[in-house]
Amino acid sequence: MHTLVLVKQVPDTKNAKLHPVTYTIDRSSTVNITNPSDLHAVEAAVRLKETYGGIVSSLSMGPPSAVETIRETIQMGVDHGFMISDRAFAGADTLATAYALSIAAQKIERTVSPLDLIITGKMTIDGDTGQVGPGVARRLGWYVLTNVVDIVEVQLKDRLMTVRRQNNSGYEVVRTPLPALLAVDPSINKPRRASMPNMVRAARYQPTIWSANDLEGVDRSKLGLKGSPTIVRKVFPPPKPEGGERVEGSLEDQVKFLTKILLERPEWIKTREKV
Amino acid sequence: MAEEHQKEVVDETVDVKDLDAWRGIWIYGEVHDGELEGVALELLHAARPLADALETELGAVLLGSGVKRHAETLIAHGADNVYVVDHPELANYRTEVYHEALYQLIVRYKPEIMLFGSTANGKDLASAIATDLETGLTADTTMLGVNKEERLLEASRPAFGGNIMATILCKKHRPQMATVRPRVMRAGEPDVTRQGKINEESVTFSSQNLLKTIIETVKESSGDSGLETADIVVAFGKGVGDQRGLEMVQALAGVLGAAVGASRDVVEMGLIGREHQVGQTGVTVMPKIYIAIGISGAVQHLVGMQNSGTIIAINTDPEAPIMKIAHYAVVADAYALLPKLTASLNEALKEVKRDVLTV
Repeated sequence: MHTLVLVKQVPDTKNAKLHPVTYTIDRSSTVNITNPSDLHAVEAAVRLKETYGGIVSSLSMGPPSAVETIRETIQMGVDHGFMISDRAFAGADTLATAYALSIAAQKIERTVSPLDLIITGKMTIDGDTGQVGPGVARRLGWYVLTNVVDIVEVQLKDRLMTVRRQNNSGYEVVRTPLPALLAVDPSINKPRRASMPNMVRAARYQPTIWSANDLEGVDRSKLGLKGSPTIVRKVFPPPKPEGGERVEGSLEDQVKFLTKILLERPEWIKTREKV
Repeated sequence: MAEEHQKEVVDETVDVKDLDAWRGIWIYGEVHDGELEGVALELLHAARPLADALETELGAVLLGSGVKRHAETLIAHGADNVYVVDHPELANYRTEVYHEALYQLIVRYKPEIMLFGSTANGKDLASAIATDLETGLTADTTMLGVNKEERLLEASRPAFGGNIMATILCKKHRPQMATVRPRVMRAGEPDVTRQGKINEESVTFSSQNLLKTIIETVKESSGDSGLETADIVVAFGKGVGDQRGLEMVQALAGVLGAAVGASRDVVEMGLIGREHQVGQTGVTVMPKIYIAIGISGAVQHLVGMQNSGTIIAINTDPEAPIMKIAHYAVVADAYALLPKLTASLNEALKEVKRDVLTV
């Protein structure tokens, strides 16, 4: 079984500083991390390898610094790491990103072996869309399952897989033919810590890095900024609200005031003890 | 109302860059477990003025099995046209078959704007459709507008982890697509006298797409946090981000019979489960009363609760963004205030109960 995990290096948006005028991320002050959600995808893939055998590859699109993210996947037990890195990929929205990754996935199939499965995280913390995974699946013409919370079983002989996914109101157990793409929810597992041998291997690991020219048959008009139908017209601070009432006075006054406000509609209070 | 509507000759070629070939605003009238998702009505309410501004139709798409009965509701909430595909294969959501049905409708009628609710399945479907049409899709929009002259959808969303808002355009491809956060916009009142047309559509499914099967479905509330249905939510952030803070918040919530909400910070600290997270990457809530304790109010959090009925913020920092959107801004040390407030409410509620009993 050959599983590919898609991973991304992202700015740690939680601690990111924004330029006060342009509202763009100040990259110099921002630390890069592996997208937290993607570590769950890596963990899921490595566990599948441990249960069913086979190999795991990882793929990232990004600047040269993304080597660190690939190394993190190697630390966790991934066998082969791949990157696509080129200015031609820069400025890609979700459509162009999914296209580039799908072309690279096909090259990985030619380079290593055909894929049975692709696993992605739920969403990235910088883009926050969750659209790339399903996009890659559609480009490849594969089945897609998002919000996967459990991989129940893989029937390799029948080329079938059963997963549990969250839907709008609960969950469903779905059986899908392979190859398929799963976008996993972070609740699916707890990513492991690296083992010592994998840490040693990762420290020296050099992923295979492809430029746009290395991707045979790629349509360059579908890459990067050029291949992205969406553009950011403007960024702006969130609308300023007018502001409400200041509750002032001593702590006792504040408590008294809040008690009154909260008890204005006692029917909203669902007391649990019996009356 | 018209029943059957099937064009004899339909132009099913698709050129997403021929902008003038695309007209109309469509929303996805998502049905789950047999019921219309609330966000479908919110989309209609938000899109009605946009369709009027562009002087074009507002259409709604119904996909499923036994879903036609929802068409009247969509019309009462503002749809001019409802496009229905009622088919046994659509009984349960599966990306591939829903995609196939919706794709055929979009190519048949060519709406210039297509909106979805950001539900689990709505996002899944929108992503698949946008990829095949090779058009732009903006995720988790919280504000919608149109530029009338250029007929452009202005889809705004929190960006960069919710630090800022960004307006996204899709200028040269059609349809312009967006998913919209549920419960961020409000649904309007239905007008049962509104007239609209119900178009029953036929589509074809490829046999390969039917191979994925749903074995079992289980309904459950989202992690049992009760956030989405609670009348009162007591939420806390890193200002009270420790075990003592959590216990005080739980005590207050207990007295009020409220659900406990949390900012992303305290969820990531591991103080409370992810199902309690309110905000862009968590749950959107619209309770009668929202009490924000020690939450500064990053955009990421605000988009998840700003439509609550009454917002009470308790914070030591009078300049915190949450204090600006709160109806009642209480500058106080929550560690000192909460135990007193909980005790005071306890006392007062005894009075209320006694009154109830003596009446």
